[in-house]
Amino acid sequence: MDDKKITFLEKQANAIRITLIEALVEAGSGHTAGPLSMADIFTYLYFHELRHDPKNPEWPERDRLVLSNGHICPVLYATMCHAGYASVDEYKKTLRKFGTKFQGHPHREYFPALETSSGPLGSGLSQATGMALAERIDAGRSYKKWIYALLSDGEMDCGNTWEGGMLAGKEKLGNLIAIIDRNNIQIDGFTEDIMPLEPLSDKWRAWNWHVIEVNGHDFADIHRAVGEAKAEFDKPSVIIANTIPGKGVPDFERKFEWHGKPPNKEEGAMALKVLHELGQKLQ
Amino acid sequence: MINHAVKLNPKIWDKDVEQVPIRKGFGEGLLAAGEADGRVVGLCADLTESTQMHLFAKKFPNRFIEMGVAEQNLVTVASGMAAMGKIPFCSSYAMFSPGRNWEQIRTTICYNDRPVKIAGSHAGVSVGPDGGTHQAIEDIALMRVLPNMCVLSPCDSIEAKKATLAAAKTKTPTYIRLAREKTPVITTADTPFEIGKAEVFYKSKSSPSPLLYKGGGKGVDFLVEKRVGIIATGALVHKAILAAHELEKEGIATTVLNLSTIKPLDERSIIELAKECGCIVTVEEHQIAGGMGSAIAEVLARTVPVPVEFVGVRDRFGQSGRPDEIVEHYGMGVSAIKIAARNLLGRL
Repeated sequence: MDDKKITFLEKQANAIRITLIEALVEAGSGHTAGPLSMADIFTYLYFHELRHDPKNPEWPERDRLVLSNGHICPVLYATMCHAGYASVDEYKKTLRKFGTKFQGHPHREYFPALETSSGPLGSGLSQATGMALAERIDAGRSYKKWIYALLSDGEMDCGNTWEGGMLAGKEKLGNLIAIIDRNNIQIDGFTEDIMPLEPLSDKWRAWNWHVIEVNGHDFADIHRAVGEAKAEFDKPSVIIANTIPGKGVPDFERKFEWHGKPPNKEEGAMALKVLHELGQKLQ
Repeated sequence: MINHAVKLNPKIWDKDVEQVPIRKGFGEGLLAAGEADGRVVGLCADLTESTQMHLFAKKFPNRFIEMGVAEQNLVTVASGMAAMGKIPFCSSYAMFSPGRNWEQIRTTICYNDRPVKIAGSHAGVSVGPDGGTHQAIEDIALMRVLPNMCVLSPCDSIEAKKATLAAAKTKTPTYIRLAREKTPVITTADTPFEIGKAEVFYKSKSSPSPLLYKGGGKGVDFLVEKRVGIIATGALVHKAILAAHELEKEGIATTVLNLSTIKPLDERSIIELAKECGCIVTVEEHQIAGGMGSAIAEVLARTVPVPVEFVGVRDRFGQSGRPDEIVEHYGMGVSAIKIAARNLLGRL
């Protein structure tokens, strides 16, 4: 991945952060920290890695991306809109409003381009595991489609996540790549205070997963990790992406208080000013 | 007398009528569905033989996934497979699936509208010696409240096979309720089965003295014969027919409807029966609260508000014992159905 591509992705991620802040301010409710921490990974996947066609969302040969922690959908929607699945303007005006495609948590009935509905935590890894199993039944181990499961660290508390992890390890699903947003916060506080997850890598290794840790804001690092995951044949891979909650807006960073609330108008204006200044520097 | 049009088993009255567990029909149906359609896959949570999925697993090992004791995973993995075009059947005991994994069924299957088929075996108190922890008597309520979900409750093994084959052909999330114990085979291969359609299995001769039924009070009084409509589901359909036969000897005429689809409900047949009889007994091996009887009462309350008696479990948990003994103890045997019918006529 060359510098030109990295700069392109950084600009896209910055534009996506700006869009999701604008949408959250207009919505008046929603989650801020997680969407900002995952903006780089979503940008990387939708603008570089995924085999997909925004003009033909039901293309059967596409890769699948399952967002398990549905509450960070502001970044999913913003990225999909920038990629061409829907109108950026419509998203900014209607997030969380009556009749919108962009429901408070993802709902396929309203936005069929989504791979799944989500919100209640802990069920995404299992659905992605099911998709990977279906692909193995169809294609044997000469996989054509990659299945990505995007998880939060907080939902590692859920037993359902553990069940999915054990099954994927047992079934040796080399076409399954989980990416964990390791931002260390959940609603009630820091993850290691609420329900310690460390040693996190060891948990996944114990289920026979291939484990890779990356800086979730470094495109070259993310690219290397996804390449490594795809080269692993006999195991599913998990990329533990160390991220900064609220990334991009220093006043929001590393504060669990920003997990579940949107910026008000003044906070939004301040955040957008910071992000626009960063955008200028990327030109 | 038996409704000959539905071609029931002629040995229905024999003491040695063949008895087969309802779950066995599911196993045979799934095997046949798997042979007919390569998209059918099977998932089981460590109860493969007990839920009769072993027949499918042996024939199609590449399309069978052993999940271990993980019911939340069972249905969420199935949802993911359905998203890729598969037709997944998940089996476990009803107490664990849908008992343990209700939210996952709601969000990943019904909310997503994925064609996952959930087979809940060992439903009802007739599970017997295993005791109350293993006797699902809340599952109909849990499943029928979910939008998009279809709820099937076959009355014997032959109907269970037909229900399984029919479920494999729909794009609808579907719950199939199965029982553990050997159950009299009352239908035949020729008995009609259609999802969403109830069938009259028994209709006794009319009794000589009609009654005036005081209806909703707004001039809807109507003359009815002295007849009780009995709507039954699952393994208790056989007992409902036996009760009807005995009531006929007492001079109480009945019409027995086999309600094998609890959702979508065959409202037309239920309303017709209520108009014909003027009173209804509902019979199910389930809590009265929220079950099939409740679903019927919801229809009748807004259409033909006739008196209803509910035969089912009255807000209690089950316990160990012989299946018939427990069914009797919790008030769902032949005598309980007869008492409910007599009570109704007393209310008219």
